[in-house]
Amino acid sequence: MSTTVDARGLSCPQPVLMALDEIKKTTGTELVVLVDTEASKENVSRAVESQGWQVREIREDGETYQLDIQKA
Amino acid sequence: MIEGSGIIRRNLLTTFHCHVMIKERQGVMKNLFATRWGIIGVGTFIGAVAALLQYWGNPGNMGICVACFERDIAGALGLHRAGVVQYIRPEIIGFVFGSLAAAMIFKEFRPRGGSAPIVRFVLGAFAMIGALVFLGCPWRAMLRLAGGDGNAILGIIGLIAGVWIGTRFLKNGYSLGRTHKFSATAGWVLPAIFAFFFLLMLIYPPSEGMAKNGVLFYSTKGPGAMHAPIFVSLLVGLAIGFIAQRSRFCTMGAFRDLILFKQTHLFSGVVALVVFAFITNLILGQFHPGFKNQPVSHTLHIWNALGMVLAGLAFALAGGCPGRQLFLSGEGDADAGVFVLGMIFGAGISHNFGLASSPSGLGPHGIAAVVIGLAVCLVIGFTIKPQTARR
Repeated sequence: MSTTVDARGLSCPQPVLMALDEIKKTTGTELVVLVDTEASKENVSRAVESQGWQVREIREDGETYQLDIQKA
Repeated sequence: MIEGSGIIRRNLLTTFHCHVMIKERQGVMKNLFATRWGIIGVGTFIGAVAALLQYWGNPGNMGICVACFERDIAGALGLHRAGVVQYIRPEIIGFVFGSLAAAMIFKEFRPRGGSAPIVRFVLGAFAMIGALVFLGCPWRAMLRLAGGDGNAILGIIGLIAGVWIGTRFLKNGYSLGRTHKFSATAGWVLPAIFAFFFLLMLIYPPSEGMAKNGVLFYSTKGPGAMHAPIFVSLLVGLAIGFIAQRSRFCTMGAFRDLILFKQTHLFSGVVALVVFAFITNLILGQFHPGFKNQPVSHTLHIWNALGMVLAGLAFALAGGCPGRQLFLSGEGDADAGVFVLGMIFGAGISHNFGLASSPSGLGPHGIAAVVIGLAVCLVIGFTIKPQTARR
């Protein structure tokens, strides 16, 4: 079961900070990040990729983007 | 039969996931502006047209200045009575509507708000007060640098320092909290207000030598009297608003992301802006290096820096530079709209209370305003913590 970071409704750069904090903390290899703007989706994707993680899949559910992230 | 339907269901699920992923890839393909070259292209365009706007009539090193232009709008409405800075700047209206158009076309218009709006209003007001002590927002700081104004270096140092302080607060958990989904009308409020201002200007257009037409005030001399033709300004504003919405261009975020994450994405856009404004200035004969007698500037180094420390901190705490706040407003972000209105309010009191600088130096209460502004921003940074509870 991967950890979920709910960054919906938070403004820049908090979704990125939260995702990167979780990457630092986690011992697992999978992470789910929820955001609700295109900008946050792009920013989180760019940030986690710079840390050697991969965005495996992005699912849209209404106003929510669910980013499934995996350690590369 | 049961086994069969299970397979069908699995197939359907796989098809659904593939569909989502394909859609996503197309989405990434579609938004070329969000790539490295995209943001560099956007910075290049903004830098070049900003220098051109000066050539076409805007004030020196002020092809685009979001703070100055919102201040001019405040003046045109009579919210302050500094006679030399009164004009409804169409660039600002273009920024909002260009972003609105992009957001509509790419289905990113999402009316939202409710994340500590009154704090954002105060941050907007102090961001403006700080910017008017320096005489320019981050956009103009870059354009002043590109025009050879050495005083801009002090402003940019101050901006970086202010953003750095903001990043410390962010690291320590500062947050204005989550936004909530609003009805469409709420997202249209700020665009509607600016459309109304533009309509007023069409009804009561500027006229040579007239200090007032109908309800609007105009400058007969000074920076407020210097402007590119109305529709050139509007078109440039629309174009910038459109591409800036797509690319998320932000002059504060550029430094913030560099400090916080060592990310150079947004920063590369700002560098492109400075480089291409500089090149365009050279071609147009608008590059004049030096500190003294630069257009709409003063040489008080400490206050150039401290004014921008205040502005940079306020922008960082509010999550975007003044341009980005306009683009977010166009996307339906009502909190960004409140920040913009806070800036216009800040412009009003800046000039009415003698807080704003002028080429002859500081306003009589400029120093007090910077000290109070920094104190208020520090209180906001230290005391506002997130509600970590999930929605």
